[in-house]
Amino acid sequence: MKIAVNHLARIEGHANLVIDSVRGTVRELRLEIVEAPRFFEPMLTGRHYSDVAHIAARICGICSNSHTLVSLQATEQALGIEVSEQTQSLRRLLAFGEILQSHLVQLFFMALPDYYGEASILPLVHTERALVQHALELKKLANDILRVVGGRPVHPVTPVVGGFARLPEAADLQELRRRLVRVLPDLEASVEIFGSLDYPDFERDTDCFSLRGGDDYPLFGRQLVSSGGVDCAVEDYRDVLEEYLVPWSTAKFARLQGRCFMVGPLARLRNNFDLLSPMARQVAEALGLTPDTANPYRILAARLVEVVHGVERAIHLIDELLLAGLQAEEPLPPQRHGRAVAVIEAPRGLLFHSYSYDAQGRIEQADCLIPTAQNLANIEADLRARVPELLETGREELTRQCEQLIRAYDPCISCSTHLLTIDFA
Amino acid sequence: MKPRVGFFDFASCEGCQLTVLNLENELLDLVELMEIVEFREISSAHGEELDIAFVEGSICRPEDVKRLRAIRARSRQLIALGACADTAGINALTSDRPVAELVREVYGDKGEAFLVAGRPRPLEAFVPVDGRVPGCPIDGGEFLTVLQALLIGRTPELPTFAVCAECKLRELPCTFERDVICLGPITRAGCNAHCIAEGDRCRGCRGMVDAPRSGPYYRILEEYGLSEEQIRDELRLYNLGGEAKK
Ligand code: SF4
Ligand code: SF4
Repeated sequence: MKIAVNHLARIEGHANLVIDSVRGTVRELRLEIVEAPRFFEPMLTGRHYSDVAHIAARICGICSNSHTLVSLQATEQALGIEVSEQTQSLRRLLAFGEILQSHLVQLFFMALPDYYGEASILPLVHTERALVQHALELKKLANDILRVVGGRPVHPVTPVVGGFARLPEAADLQELRRRLVRVLPDLEASVEIFGSLDYPDFERDTDCFSLRGGDDYPLFGRQLVSSGGVDCAVEDYRDVLEEYLVPWSTAKFARLQGRCFMVGPLARLRNNFDLLSPMARQVAEALGLTPDTANPYRILAARLVEVVHGVERAIHLIDELLLAGLQAEEPLPPQRHGRAVAVIEAPRGLLFHSYSYDAQGRIEQADCLIPTAQNLANIEADLRARVPELLETGREELTRQCEQLIRAYDPCISCSTHLLTIDFA
Repeated sequence: MKPRVGFFDFASCEGCQLTVLNLENELLDLVELMEIVEFREISSAHGEELDIAFVEGSICRPEDVKRLRAIRARSRQLIALGACADTAGINALTSDRPVAELVREVYGDKGEAFLVAGRPRPLEAFVPVDGRVPGCPIDGGEFLTVLQALLIGRTPELPTFAVCAECKLRELPCTFERDVICLGPITRAGCNAHCIAEGDRCRGCRGMVDAPRSGPYYRILEEYGLSEEQIRDELRLYNLGGEAKK
């Protein structure tokens, strides 16, 4: 049996799935990334620091805030700029806004139609109107956080090197807070929906790679950990992570200490279960998640737990900002130039940007490593384990469950075509 | 019958399609007004004949050209969605370097064997385009205006004046007063000077007004002491892609 799904739907970017099996054994299985390459590192080379985050954001529209934030951090570290607490809090709020936005789009627009047997959310507009309205309301709230703090949901304008080009109005933050509080009980409806889904029964344990939070579930940080024993400083990411080319993909694959691994919501949750907000922890338990959950279809549930956590944390961040009072601040200027690595827990997992700057404040060398590149080998490994279990079910069901599995990772292929000079394994 | 609409993407960040999905208040009405038959980012459905195809992204490889031509052939109208599709946008930033060199830099020597990459080009370089929604990303409100025009059978039109005019109307302080270069003077209006209102400057994502050099605005840039060279350097972020149309 040969199965080829070209241009997989409901993921960001272009990928094909190819499976070839003979008499019950899988001969070939490939996740082909067919996205046209976009050469971001060469685009960044030679650019002035004031344009770098602007360009980096355009690697990916769906996580443009994460790219912006990690890019600013790498630039600021390389240029010796230490931003204020207020700037840090506002950036955290922005990061949570994006996690909410991205997770909600994935859960409701991309993943849910599979479980309702529909091609998209559009038919549900008529059959499940309340659910669609619920999803749109949540999504709008997430986008409004991005509008109030970042200026617009896709490609933020206000975050700049050294601080913010404009601050949010206190009244707008208060309004956001009111809506966030109001939405908390509504989230129970989401928990019910995602708690009652019939997740396929499948487990494959893998190395979970994430930041380790200090006293908070991690967003930014300096320490990388994995369930397989990696424990290293962010600066040393290239010592544990290696990228390699496979002939069927324009995106590179990556391995962690020689093996495939997972990044993203489930990896974060497993490594930082103790740091979830109280309500998020309850939801995790209600959804049957533990620090040992090894069913990748359940990444959906982990994503929903992070939505709850994000709403709670956003409320607290707004409280802190309002209590301290927003202070007008000029963005800070560079102090020196050099090289730095920064990392953020983007919606899909670890996102690294590393830059070196010359004395004119222009990029000499850039390296970006995105979450999906890190997950690709793991998705393939999951499929290799899963497909033999499904060969009996027939072409249609097999294809459906494979697509569902791929989608659970929320692969974002538009930005996985990234690129730098590397050594070949 | 409701018009049949499809969304497609080539080399892009998908931010323009996402901006359409971010029209939460209008989305339910849009679904009533038109039949969205293809939208790979959110749907696995496929359609055949289309009334309107919105196409995002730049065209880089022979296989992209083939797919674009096939979309054109089955669409009554084809609209460029966003800078990548309209002018090659940010993708054109590396236009001054040979593609083979970029491939080697990014993928190493082994990369060349299996990568057929070409220079990113706007849609117009390969197929006739019936309309465009400029910007990086597009402006959601402008998308709705263009859509409305298409639905009632009018040709969508874009403003012919520069962002500066919108900036003045909003009474925003000019960035040149704080010694910050801004491309508002030669950039096509329609975004309501969004970036300037947000405290940043204009980088020209919507493309230039027609004949910018003959207008008074280009002179503003020179008046502020910018050399031809500096203006060109500023323009390269979004506006040297025009050369990619050929
Ligand atoms: S025009 Fe800008 S926002 Fe739109 S797809 Fe291209 S890079 Fe993304
Ligand atoms: S102000 Fe300039 S850069 Fe900003 S959206 Fe308008 S045209 Fe684009």
